[in-house]
Amino acid sequence: MGVITDHLDLWGDALWGTIVLFLGGGIIALVLGLIVGAARVSPVPIARAVGGVYVNWIRNTPLTLVMFFFAFCLPILLGERVNSLLLAVIALGIYTATYVAEALRAGINTVPVGQAEAARAIGLNFGQVMRYVVLPQATRSVVPPMMSVLIALMKNTTVAAGFSVVNLGTIRAALSERGENALVVLLWVMVIFVVLVLLLSWVQRVLENKWRIAR
Amino acid sequence: MSSVLFDVPGPRAVVRNRLIGALTVLVVLAVLGWVVWRLYATGQFTAEKWNIFTFSAVWVRFGEGLLSTLSAFAAAGVGSIVLGFVLGIGRLSEHAWVREPVRWIIEIMRAVPVLVLMMLLYYGLPVLGIKMPPYFAVVIALIVYNGSVLAEVLRAGIESLPRGQKEAGYAIGLRKTGVMYFILIPQAVRAMMPVIIAQLVVALKDTALGFIITYQELLYVINQIGNQAPYGSPLIPAAIVGGSMYVAVCLLLSYIAYRLQRRAKRSAKAGPAEPDPRQHAGETNTSLIVLQGDGSDLPR
Repeated sequence: MGVITDHLDLWGDALWGTIVLFLGGGIIALVLGLIVGAARVSPVPIARAVGGVYVNWIRNTPLTLVMFFFAFCLPILLGERVNSLLLAVIALGIYTATYVAEALRAGINTVPVGQAEAARAIGLNFGQVMRYVVLPQATRSVVPPMMSVLIALMKNTTVAAGFSVVNLGTIRAALSERGENALVVLLWVMVIFVVLVLLLSWVQRVLENKWRIAR
Repeated sequence: MSSVLFDVPGPRAVVRNRLIGALTVLVVLAVLGWVVWRLYATGQFTAEKWNIFTFSAVWVRFGEGLLSTLSAFAAAGVGSIVLGFVLGIGRLSEHAWVREPVRWIIEIMRAVPVLVLMMLLYYGLPVLGIKMPPYFAVVIALIVYNGSVLAEVLRAGIESLPRGQKEAGYAIGLRKTGVMYFILIPQAVRAMMPVIIAQLVVALKDTALGFIITYQELLYVINQIGNQAPYGSPLIPAAIVGGSMYVAVCLLLSYIAYRLQRRAKRSAKAGPAEPDPRQHAGETNTSLIVLQGDGSDLPR
């Protein structure tokens, strides 16, 4: 325990960095993913194509490379220094948004077409169809993949450690300078991540139970 | 075309869709235009920045980097499939003393970030006197993580098979091993092939994490070439060239997964492994109607 209690300041900073990366990246990913996901299921062919290219290209780019572009190339393009935490958050958001978009699209596609057709047949307008028929059913099937995406995001925050952003991935280097045992530090980091992931899985179970209905 | 979200568009919707389409094009052009303008304004298109690419040694270096990435991927891919089978079968064991520890290993290994595993192997183990080159740290970490994920994939594949398959196997006198190897695994692997390939794409992408623990793979080479000050630090040109290589390799593998998925879907329709659409929750009712004919003989 000494590894943690002797250096509470560093552990606090590291955990805070991870949480900021997770929340910031998560918010960008959810907003952007919602837009891209909507584009991918829209009746506009051009929007579908643009969404498809974005999702397929970014998903087939390593996150490390995406972050490399943002951390090293973007400041050159802008011609000025940018906060590295901000760049890492944007990179995480843009990368994760593709997975959010796919989860949303898959969720919408699980709703049988007949459901919406029946809803339109009884005279509901678009907003009502969405609110009373499609979204309640889609939400249920979106929760598990969406939580997997968020769990992956939580684990991906460590990649920012390679680009001088303080988080749980950098604590090994920081504590090595204070002469701590790297193995013990990293084992503690593993424990923290297992706890964080278990926490998110618990949220997933709660949400699933909340929205479960007897069929 | 009709979908869950929209009907066949009428005249007003057609106009609106065209407007949204034009708006999308404008936004995309604006973003692309901004990037090209900034690239031009910061002098990324000048001959000086691209001069370094006229040396064949630079291309050899890129080739070495790509080869390091691919060799780590090959070893990690094969290793994680082997580990996936071992853990997956262990997870399905009838003996609790095998099943439960394996379940915990899988859960923990899936929860730990790959980068932390790599750091543990590369920075942590030397404390115990075990030193390894970064190549092995990358490969072992990828094997452990992707192996655990593949184990869950395989388990899901086997559990999704109809129970009759297993029972029929026992009925014709096969033992536990025979049922597993001749009946369950071949079907589960075929059903899960797209997911397995998709996980291999993840492994390929994650080799780039080796950059952070100084494994000299493609991203490391990009960074190295990009910081050659005598050649004007061509970081962006190097990132464009190397990044295209990465994306090309990953897209190729994803395309294979996509083709396999399509083939699996087609053969599933003709083959005996056809899932009953009435029991399949994800299937829409319309596909059932299609299977039954044009729907004219449905009760009204």
